[in-house]
Amino acid sequence: MTQGAWDGESEHLLRDLAPQVLGAVIRRFQNFAAAEDAVQEALIAAAAQWPTEGVPENPRGWLIQVATRRMTDQLRSDQARRRRETEVAGQTGYLMPTAAPEWETDQDDTLVLLFMCCHPALTTTTAITLTLRAVGGLNTAEIASAFLVPEATMAQRIRRAKQSIKLSGVPFAMPTPKERTERLRAVLHVLYLIFNEGYTASTGAELQRSDLSREAIRLTRAVHHLLPDDCEVAGLLALMLLTDARRAARSGPDGELIPLTKQDRTLWDQEQIREGVALISATLPKGSVGPYQLQAAIAAVHDEAASAGDTDWPQILALYGVLMRMSANPVVALNHAVAAAMVHGPAAGLELLRALDGDERMSGSHRLDAVRAHLLEMAGDHAAAIVHYAAAAERTASTPERNYLLMQAARLREGYNR
Amino acid sequence: MKYILMMNAPKAGWESFNQWPKEVLQAHIGFMMALNKDLKESAELVSAEGLAMPGEAKIVRAGKDGAPVTDGVFPESKEFLAGFWIVDVESKERAYAIAARASAAPGLGGAPMNIPIEVRQVMSGPPEEFV
Repeated sequence: MTQGAWDGESEHLLRDLAPQVLGAVIRRFQNFAAAEDAVQEALIAAAAQWPTEGVPENPRGWLIQVATRRMTDQLRSDQARRRRETEVAGQTGYLMPTAAPEWETDQDDTLVLLFMCCHPALTTTTAITLTLRAVGGLNTAEIASAFLVPEATMAQRIRRAKQSIKLSGVPFAMPTPKERTERLRAVLHVLYLIFNEGYTASTGAELQRSDLSREAIRLTRAVHHLLPDDCEVAGLLALMLLTDARRAARSGPDGELIPLTKQDRTLWDQEQIREGVALISATLPKGSVGPYQLQAAIAAVHDEAASAGDTDWPQILALYGVLMRMSANPVVALNHAVAAAMVHGPAAGLELLRALDGDERMSGSHRLDAVRAHLLEMAGDHAAAIVHYAAAAERTASTPERNYLLMQAARLREGYNR
Repeated sequence: MKYILMMNAPKAGWESFNQWPKEVLQAHIGFMMALNKDLKESAELVSAEGLAMPGEAKIVRAGKDGAPVTDGVFPESKEFLAGFWIVDVESKERAYAIAARASAAPGLGGAPMNIPIEVRQVMSGPPEEFV
């Protein structure tokens, strides 16, 4: 039955097939939680058998068959148990579902599953967990290690996530055309969060957890493949590619953070930059510009500069200006201030930061202090810059970032004392 | 057997961290990273976590209705937990040795800081004969 040899590509194939197989099994049995378990078992079986026995000719069919068998076995044993439990009352267990004609369609269920897992009725953590598991085909141990939590904790998180899908009544169906834009936005937001979690590792000692970023790129690529005409999907994929291209240059040998201006640009992934630039260049002229496309365009301007000094800051400032009008987000406002400082001088940037002082969303965040310190340093006010670098170091929850901020303050103090 | 190694830092120590010269900071950070790397390689590391600075630390108690009542950390607190390691080692002597190494992290002038590190055994499940 087999021909293909097992390699990295087969593993890719397995993960690409996971949501399609799950979709088929859900269609047949109408039970997301049980179907998900059965598909995980089928994936484990495939990962054990395919490397030695070869990849089956119809891998999708193979997986569906194995998952269906598991599911049937499970239902039989549930039925037997129920029969024993309900015999006195004279009730019978529920009937085995029969194969509905539509249960194995050629339709790709990846999107339907994504819409379900990223439903706005679910919490963000639930959505992220379910997406990685049901759509990404990652197993519990893999997700646990990506989020640095014990496997038992992640297993419980998955159980609760499935429970909340059941309780919320979120359907396994495409959203209506009316709600589609809104629902797609929720999907893209979850993918963006997964990417960011991998890229910035919001807590902990490691600066980046590239497995999550790679997974987010893989899933976004799949969505782009299914919805090639959606500009924001393309924009998000381009943004991820252009940001992730800098990964190798972003931290030093001891995991220390290296800011964009100090990065060794020869370490940037040129192949990925080319792909991201081509994608965003082809998307922007279509005229349906959104925040992801703008952020991708900004990333592209950075990536295309041969050196930090060659960066086209006026263009970046203009792009942030458009982005500011589109989404009033304080993080965007911070970056806008940096761009303004690069074009018009630090005083202009510091002036813009003043508007953020009263912003509730910035209170308790180290970012405002960090950016202010940077601009004060540019303005030559090293004494004030030291104070704000130290304040930012005090507030950040990221070890590499704290080390970086402390070093910045120390570096300035040395120059200052001399 | 598992031990937790709790590194305490005097409040003044936290604040002086901000005053260290660059090379001292670099040496200190490098020392801690090398320690964690070695513990990973010797397969003894269970977890190692550094804590955010104590500026935002709160003492929490349950109020009347069970709702959290938060207090700022008291100005009289002299020491704060700066970070901890949980290690899985063959003997308590090994846990002490690791703690001593961490304690000797370099500070100003490259001299060992001799940071106090509290070593406590982590309770485990029932012994085999009871399982």
